[in-house]
Amino acid sequence: MPAPSSGNPGTGDDARCRILVQEQDFDPGAQIEALRSTTTGAIVSFVGIARDFSGDFPVGQITLEHYPGMTQKSLGDIAARALARWDLAALCVIHRFGTLAPGDRIVLVAAASRHRDAAFDACRYVVDYLKTEAPFWKRESGALGSRWVQAKDSDDQALERWTGSAPGPGAA
Amino acid sequence: MRLTILYFARLREAVGLAREEVEAPDAVRSLGQLRAWLIGRGEPWSAAFTQVRPVRAAQDQVVGNDDTPLRAGAEIAFFPPVTGG
Repeated sequence: MPAPSSGNPGTGDDARCRILVQEQDFDPGAQIEALRSTTTGAIVSFVGIARDFSGDFPVGQITLEHYPGMTQKSLGDIAARALARWDLAALCVIHRFGTLAPGDRIVLVAAASRHRDAAFDACRYVVDYLKTEAPFWKRESGALGSRWVQAKDSDDQALERWTGSAPGPGAA
Repeated sequence: MRLTILYFARLREAVGLAREEVEAPDAVRSLGQLRAWLIGRGEPWSAAFTQVRPVRAAQDQVVGNDDTPLRAGAEIAFFPPVTGG
């Protein structure tokens, strides 16, 4: 159980932020539409989809395991850093777990801001960190058997965009 | 020190357990020392931690490293690098 004193390092109490970890599907259109407002000039979204191939390995099904106690906290922490770094009107992160088929939606990240640069950058930042920090593990199965997906070095390298001395592509 | 230990994904399968309660000796004070003590208990931990590398660790849902000091009663998780998104 979480230590009572640790509080929520994430954004559970930030009204701009919506974080959902769920088994069921989501409607990207409705989620994006919910971020629209008179002061929002830009909404950038990313939808991650389950593929039917992984190198030479045909994938018939993906099972996403996660660490329920930590997942929400980890996504909240990433979102909080994005909200602190860019001037965002809203941020939505939805990540599914359980059994998925090729073509199924896995994750949605949508960032809304006054101007486009912040939304583009924040969306990519959240996706990049989610892939290396959020406690999800994919197992893929198909005609050739079943295997755990290996973490990719390219995912770690993607973070260099955000950790170098440069402030990122179009930092607000 | 009493601790709850959780294992995830490939490591969970290798250990054959999702969760266990342990009473670690006083000399075990950090995440790295805890992992070494678990491996020292023999099978299935020694093979599991050899087979699955690298292994990450978290204490009370916050990622730590080998030097992270343990808190009595904490929930410790060991898992392979994450692959979500």
